[in-house]
Amino acid sequence: MTGPLLEESAGFDRSTIDYIQRAAATGLYEIRGLGAKRRVPNFDDLLFLAASLSRYPLEGYRERCSTKTLLGTRFATRPIELAIPITIAGMSFGALSARVKDALGRAATEVGTSTTTGDGGMTTEERASSKTLVYQCLPSRYGFNPDDVRRADAIEIVIGQGAKPGGGGMLLGQKVNPRVARMRTLPEGVDQRSASRHPDWTGPDDLVIKIKELREITDWEKPIYVKVGATRVFNDVKLAVHAGADVIVVDGMQGGTAATQTVFIEHVGIPTLAALRQAVDALDDLNMRGTVQLVISGGIRSGADVAKALAMGADAVAIGQGVLVALGCNSDSYVVDGRHVPAIDDYARLGTAPGFCHHCHTGKCPVGVATQDAALELRLDPQIGAKRLRNYLKTVNMELTTIARACGKQDVHHLEKEDLVALTVEAAAMAGIPLAGTSWIPGARVPGPA
Amino acid sequence: MCGIVGLLVKNPALRNHLGALMVPMLVGMTERGPDSAGLAVYTAPVSAECHKLSLYSGENAVDWTHLLARIAADFSEAQEISGHGNHAVLTSATDPDWLVAWLARHAPDIAVLSVGQSIDLYKDVGAPADIAERYRFKSLRGSHLVGHTRMATESAVTPAHAHPFTAGRDFCLVHNGSLSNPHLVRRKLEPLGIEFETDNDTEAACRFFEWRLREGDDLKTAVQRGFSELDGFFTFLMGTDQELLIVRDAFACKPAVVAETDDYVAIASEFRSLAHLPHISHATLFEPKPEEIYSWRI
Amino acid sequence: MANLRPLPKVREFDLARDSLRDLNFFLHKQAVAEGFSHVRVINPDGAHSVACGLDAHVDVQIHGHVGYYAAGMNQHASVTVHGNAGPGAAENMMSGRVHVKGFASTAAGASAHGGLLIVDGDASLRCGISLKGADIVVGGSVGSFSAFMAQAGRIVICGDAEDALGDSLYEAVIYVRGKVRSLGADARFEPMADTDRAALKNLLAQSGMSFDPADFRRVASAKSLYHWHADANQEY
Repeated sequence: MTGPLLEESAGFDRSTIDYIQRAAATGLYEIRGLGAKRRVPNFDDLLFLAASLSRYPLEGYRERCSTKTLLGTRFATRPIELAIPITIAGMSFGALSARVKDALGRAATEVGTSTTTGDGGMTTEERASSKTLVYQCLPSRYGFNPDDVRRADAIEIVIGQGAKPGGGGMLLGQKVNPRVARMRTLPEGVDQRSASRHPDWTGPDDLVIKIKELREITDWEKPIYVKVGATRVFNDVKLAVHAGADVIVVDGMQGGTAATQTVFIEHVGIPTLAALRQAVDALDDLNMRGTVQLVISGGIRSGADVAKALAMGADAVAIGQGVLVALGCNSDSYVVDGRHVPAIDDYARLGTAPGFCHHCHTGKCPVGVATQDAALELRLDPQIGAKRLRNYLKTVNMELTTIARACGKQDVHHLEKEDLVALTVEAAAMAGIPLAGTSWIPGARVPGPA
Repeated sequence: MCGIVGLLVKNPALRNHLGALMVPMLVGMTERGPDSAGLAVYTAPVSAECHKLSLYSGENAVDWTHLLARIAADFSEAQEISGHGNHAVLTSATDPDWLVAWLARHAPDIAVLSVGQSIDLYKDVGAPADIAERYRFKSLRGSHLVGHTRMATESAVTPAHAHPFTAGRDFCLVHNGSLSNPHLVRRKLEPLGIEFETDNDTEAACRFFEWRLREGDDLKTAVQRGFSELDGFFTFLMGTDQELLIVRDAFACKPAVVAETDDYVAIASEFRSLAHLPHISHATLFEPKPEEIYSWRI
Repeated sequence: MANLRPLPKVREFDLARDSLRDLNFFLHKQAVAEGFSHVRVINPDGAHSVACGLDAHVDVQIHGHVGYYAAGMNQHASVTVHGNAGPGAAENMMSGRVHVKGFASTAAGASAHGGLLIVDGDASLRCGISLKGADIVVGGSVGSFSAFMAQAGRIVICGDAEDALGDSLYEAVIYVRGKVRSLGADARFEPMADTDRAALKNLLAQSGMSFDPADFRRVASAKSLYHWHADANQEY
């Protein structure tokens, strides 16, 4: 052996030392984008039991496997009809550029799914390009107005998101450009801090009345979604059902954001796997499965993830970060006039590199996705972006149907939790699914708060 | 997750109509609390040597007459019972602490909902209108009452989690809101000998006041102390044999409306529960200010 | 006697008998088409969401007390409540006018973008929270946390204000006549300019309040919380 022995501490590793030194230097907590980066039990820890001698597969291509998905059947006269159970999660204009919102809409329309506005309101680009648009009603109420409520296809009341349950939104001044400022009724360039509670209601007993108000305003036509960040999921889902939600969206801790305190992202909220199991248990407990639909989000990446989510009981998923990656997030180049232009230097200037970047909060996205900068925006061509996103969504959907067919399902919504086994004890306990090769599900199996 | 109602009649002539006035108030709070309801009524007090115990058997059918006979066999003092379905009021000259201990041992499936000289307590699962019908709320008579409707999170909607919670003699509390440090409060009180029946946050508040009252605080002093020790959002409505009290936390996120006339004072989470009351168009209407204690004596 | 102006067609709804859905549906989809510019509502008895989501130049007179979200998301319409209003009166209003003759509960005018909300009596906590450009005039006093995170617009308080007035204020301006128990983070008293007095006079006149602008003080944001920095000891 040559050279000195360098022994890193597990508790005070380089990353922790760096964090402490930055805090000492700046007196400010770190703010960043995306979702939890540390490894938590997730869908990778689950596997499918496909066809065998006791279960027969369907033929790919020839034998139909339906992906049609209906959301919002409980009270609305015009529920949302989707071709695939993969939706695009709420991401704000402000966090993302208008061109990106346009690309999202185009791709979603082409594959037959919905997009969702974010904390900042509805852009004309998104409404024009997206055939099915879900309009968020957030604590900040930035840009929220009745004309857009009437133009929307569904309303999503946001109580929280997985990256920062209990926290409000955040957009740093460098992204509050004239248009964003106007839409949010803010002075240009301020560091925007959003409220964490809704201004005119608190608690599920008030939410009953708020949901009714939105129904009255929309003449009971549009589904009302309720979105929660994953914390006390069992209770929250039950209360959301009681409050009258048509659809419930649960966002696990792996869910992304464009900007929030790192300490929030990594240490608040529970993994999507555990959240999903609790949400389904809550619906089952109230006998509401099928009446109230469940959308799960937070680190959904591939068709395998979607298939597992459906098998565990979700009606659909929402993808945020994966969609951005499809558009070019963390790519080492961007496309201008048909040429690939390397972006590595731009990443380096931010102090990062492709594959590691989480600098959405800076507004200096090297590939023109999470930016309001007029020059950087141009690095994302909406047409190319739409095509890439369409490709990604189609791939994910194909993977989903491949797995479903292999499990003998003619409809992806017929996937069930008995099609799954777990690879680890933690995943088995969180997901309520037996450890592979055994019938063992560790942990209390009583439905109830974890 | 709930609706609250309170009513105190100032005009003695209205005591016979207490229940009739209250039923529409309680039913008006169904949307806020569709799953279970509870009511504490303060009747004319029983004689000085007696106490009343409100008993509840949940889903179990109980022969109340038979229970009375068993009690009478073990205790020489006067006893009588009035039971309907899964609820009964036991009026007894026996020390109530002995009765509670006896019941815990000999009839563990029966819950003691309240002990006092005026208070009768009803709690059950189901829609408020059904519960009102089941226990004939509209015929109830008394000087004042505290009621609650609940939106539940537990699957087995058990009456143990339904409000009002009671403590000591003739004290009850209902709560709209959510406390954020109930477990800390419980862990502080249990070593002091205060017993908890549930992990419900409202019970933590009730036991906190029980503790302070036991330590000699009057109710107002106990509530003052509660401002610093109980964290979260609350509108508390409390009853003793003599008074009705309402208080809201500093943020006042949970609603409350009061209607007062010469004949009554009525409280509810929403005005629509008060709209039917007699002479409501001439009532003084107001919303309690945060961190101010409002109370009325009979 | 020729050329008399025809009386406006008034449609009446009795919420003791008619459903809220019928009322709101009429207001949204039928009133204008059928030529009703005036609607009268009786026996609201604390109903919620009365006359919410209006989008036309109609005049709605509500006789009695209303619950939550009366005239919520109002646009163009004029709504008068001859009584008290529950939480969120005129929340998210875009334009038009809402007049509460009694008192208003919490979050009156929350997040309203335009139009005028008048409350003759007191308004409760969080009056004008998250305000986005509307004007609010309160004849009485307001509760704590009023104008919390108010971004744009004007709030006139003819009575007193409780704690934390104008906490985290952006560009909204508050004119207060009575006592202020405490100001919120980053809010401060500023001298009144002629433009303030003129604006205030106009708002008071529109609201039918006869107070003297000279008796009011101006509260606005010191703007020191607009950007994060280490030495500001900011609570974020």
